[in-house]
Amino acid sequence: MQLENTGVSIVSAVLFSPLVGVLVLLFWPRLTDKQVRIATLINTLVTFAFSLLMLSQFDSSKGMQMEQVDEWIAGLGIYYHVGVDGISIWLVMLTTFIMPIAVLASWTGIEEKVRLFHGFLLLLEVAMVGVFVSLDLFLFYIFWEVSLVPMYFMIGMWGSKDKVDFFGREMEARIYAAVKFFLYTVAGSILMLLAILYVGNKAETFDFMLIRDLMRSGQLVFTEETERLLFVGFFIAFAIKVPVWPLHSWLPDAHVQAPTAGSIILAGVLLKLGTYGLVRYNLEFFPNAAIDFAPYIGALAVIGIIYGAWVSYAQTDVKKLVAYSSVSHLGFVVLGIFAMNSAGIQGAVLQMVNHGVSTGGLFLLVGMLYERRHTKAINAFGGLWKIMPIYSGFALVIALSSMGLPGLNGFVGEFTILVGSAGSDTLDIWYTVLATIGIILAAVYILFMFNKVFMGPVTKQENQELEDLTWGGNWYELSALVALTVVIFVIGLYPKPFFELMDGAVGDLVAQLDATLQVAMK
Amino acid sequence: MVFNTDVTANFWAVAPEIALAIIGLIVLGLDLYSRESQRRDVGYFAGFLLLALAAATVFVPTPDGSLSEQLVLGGMLRHDQFTQIFRTMIYIAAALTCFIAMGDNRMRYKGEFYLLVIVATIGASLLAGASDLVMVFVALETLSISLYALAGFVRDDARSAESGLKYFLIGSFATGFTLYGFSLLYGFTGATQIYGPDGIGQQLAAGKLNDAPIIVAMMMIVVGFGFKISAVPFHFWTPDVYEGSPTAMTAFVSVASKAASFAVLLRFMLAVFPPEKLAVGAAADYSELWVPLISVLAVITMTIGNVVALVQKNIKRLLAYSSIAQAGYALMGVAAIATTDGGQGAASVAFYMFMYILTNILAFGCIIVFANATGSETIADFASLGRRNLWLAMFMTIALLSLGGIPPAAGFIGKFYLFRAAVDADLILLAVAGVLNSIIALYYYLVIIKVMFVDPSPDEDKDIPMPANYAWVLGAASLAVVLLGTVLANPVIDWATQAGLELFI
Repeated sequence: MQLENTGVSIVSAVLFSPLVGVLVLLFWPRLTDKQVRIATLINTLVTFAFSLLMLSQFDSSKGMQMEQVDEWIAGLGIYYHVGVDGISIWLVMLTTFIMPIAVLASWTGIEEKVRLFHGFLLLLEVAMVGVFVSLDLFLFYIFWEVSLVPMYFMIGMWGSKDKVDFFGREMEARIYAAVKFFLYTVAGSILMLLAILYVGNKAETFDFMLIRDLMRSGQLVFTEETERLLFVGFFIAFAIKVPVWPLHSWLPDAHVQAPTAGSIILAGVLLKLGTYGLVRYNLEFFPNAAIDFAPYIGALAVIGIIYGAWVSYAQTDVKKLVAYSSVSHLGFVVLGIFAMNSAGIQGAVLQMVNHGVSTGGLFLLVGMLYERRHTKAINAFGGLWKIMPIYSGFALVIALSSMGLPGLNGFVGEFTILVGSAGSDTLDIWYTVLATIGIILAAVYILFMFNKVFMGPVTKQENQELEDLTWGGNWYELSALVALTVVIFVIGLYPKPFFELMDGAVGDLVAQLDATLQVAMK
Repeated sequence: MVFNTDVTANFWAVAPEIALAIIGLIVLGLDLYSRESQRRDVGYFAGFLLLALAAATVFVPTPDGSLSEQLVLGGMLRHDQFTQIFRTMIYIAAALTCFIAMGDNRMRYKGEFYLLVIVATIGASLLAGASDLVMVFVALETLSISLYALAGFVRDDARSAESGLKYFLIGSFATGFTLYGFSLLYGFTGATQIYGPDGIGQQLAAGKLNDAPIIVAMMMIVVGFGFKISAVPFHFWTPDVYEGSPTAMTAFVSVASKAASFAVLLRFMLAVFPPEKLAVGAAADYSELWVPLISVLAVITMTIGNVVALVQKNIKRLLAYSSIAQAGYALMGVAAIATTDGGQGAASVAFYMFMYILTNILAFGCIIVFANATGSETIADFASLGRRNLWLAMFMTIALLSLGGIPPAAGFIGKFYLFRAAVDADLILLAVAGVLNSIIALYYYLVIIKVMFVDPSPDEDKDIPMPANYAWVLGAASLAVVLLGTVLANPVIDWATQAGLELFI
């Protein structure tokens, strides 16, 4: 089977423009820290501009588009094949949008080895965009693995200074978290590699589009047992990344130990690699197995929603609270995906973006507080509204968005997911009922936290002097928050264009799933 | 059997070895007639000539078409693309070894070091193409004896002398096994030629001989080659020899000798114990025996190698166990050769060895720079290397990531190709074992990276100097590792595929 080479696509420009920055940071002889920051910021903004250009050229009536195919390792049937559809384009947009914010978030927080840190940031951007746009399983796997390396270093080198007890030996907590993160993810992904090899071997190509066509036309069929095994091979890799309960235990460690920019990227984008993979590969390639497993995965998702919310409520450390809330929020996304209908999947895709924006924002806020006070304990604060009104205002919007208040982005996503799961053929109504309880719990832990940190009288003397946000003093913090807040309101008040753009791709996927479901129900 | 008697074809078949012999003589002469202070240039001279030879070998024409065209020198050698790709990588390994040896004061002023490397290279190079029991043995001994001398090269260092002696004793023992196996094969068939209708392979496949003695011969030969590639349970010499030898020699023995041995193992197994594809209508198919044998060997080798590597404190010992594990991965490709289409199994081993040579020499080169500056080879002393010399730490990181199989370093494509070959050959369980082992291996590679970049060290503010020539060599090797994992992967894989295909002519 052969693919025709095509011309250069705008997708490649988005993918590789951060690589220019990596090379500059690596080889440019002398740069001050400030120049490094500015160069990286400009680089990420240019990448964002490219992605906006890509968005403007997107045609919602077509499926996969702006594809680029180039021969790479022809001997193994491997191509450089990239492109976007209505699902992946939003995740690319999310990535390119979050990256400048991550750079701004480390403006003052990162003071050691600034050049190396920003090099890793940009490398990570290449890897994450690469995962979303790859249309070749081999290429996809490469970017998937590459994304681990910069994150490992970011946590391990610039993480917190805490210590942890490791089998009776004192150990740097950040190292523990970094190694755990790496091994957990690699263990999952290497099983996926086997599944990829098997599929590639049977299809005689690694190309996503060709394999999809072969499967849809019935030329490539697996036995029930094989399909289930392959499904599990992919699912475990993605479930660890999401993370689906009970594979989440690396996440709180990694989040808490990572530097602010690391947490923002981790929550904002990296976790979405997993949910994206579920939609793109598990549902697309193995619909029969997906239907069989949907009730069980749905159950794990619901447990994750409630467990995450419950554990969040008990946290005394703000960052840990936000970390566990991610487990809860991503439970909704997984629930939406395995509702396997249009509303569920559309809601899930939008909620991926929403979670990136809101939780990324929460981590940014926590990072700002930590830089000022050098603690993340909830009871170290209180009455911040009186001292930092502007900061607190932003915090209120972002917290409410994470909670799912109507009018803000989180509501749109969660509501659509619940509509989807309620009307789902694969999930019982009880899933929806229990998930709704999760929304209530979210309100509880977020409002409690907000109350303790921001409301009431100022209880601690140290907090009196905290600096609020101003354009003159800390423009980088303020501009990052403004950008996030704008997106929160836009999605919350006018989500129509977001759904419209994914209509084509989701409709196509759901049509396939429906057909399989019809057969399965007979 | 008809052999190619065309003089030009015969000349081209051994032209690289002739060139190597000339380079060796020149090196010897230069060593004799130059002053001690200039002798370091001998290393440059040898290194660049070897590199040029590697480049030139790519363009040496091979007779194409039939087996009888490719068998030259009365059937002693087979000159095909398989020989060519292994030769080229061995020359690259020898060249890099010369470059990284130059910084070691114990070797840089001694021309005979380079001479020994060149003679070993001649042996390895002939081994890659040998198609006659006599030739296999002669080439094997040329390689081995030079390596024994290299291992014990630093005579006044007890560790080096010990490692030389150990290597010699155990190596001779292994050679005995190989030779015994050869003599059995010769006794049964009356032939020394492995190819052709009256060669050993086709005679065995005709099934007129008793199985039991043939299996004994097969075992003997697998044991003998097993020593060379340090497969478990024949690996006991590896850690001691690697630790005690001068590091440049360790680098050389860990790659060139291993690559040549894999070449001969692949060729030998396919030709002498042919699978069905190579002996149509054969009565006896011994590949049904050696495929499980090699598979089991592969699993044991990688598992023991990786598990023991976990607890190592000395970086050279760690790399010794890691190289045992790497041999285990490559054995998966050997197990896959009998059943994969188009020689994918052999091709995957060839590509793996290509990337492994670059990667391992890169790693050992970094260790030389580090040990020259600090006098230590303990992993814990690598602490803060990222602060003491960022470039050195980056080069080492690239090498470790490649060994661990993390893209974009070449090791990833290498592993991917091997696993793919195993899956294609329906050896799914073998592939699963390989994948699980990769996870274990990642841990100890990661720990070194962690030590280099994160751990504090009392010598943190003491810079580690990197001589300019090392910076160039290691930089080039790092670049090559990354390029081989990205844009250069395709031509090399094409070449390896071609090489694998020609084994089935």
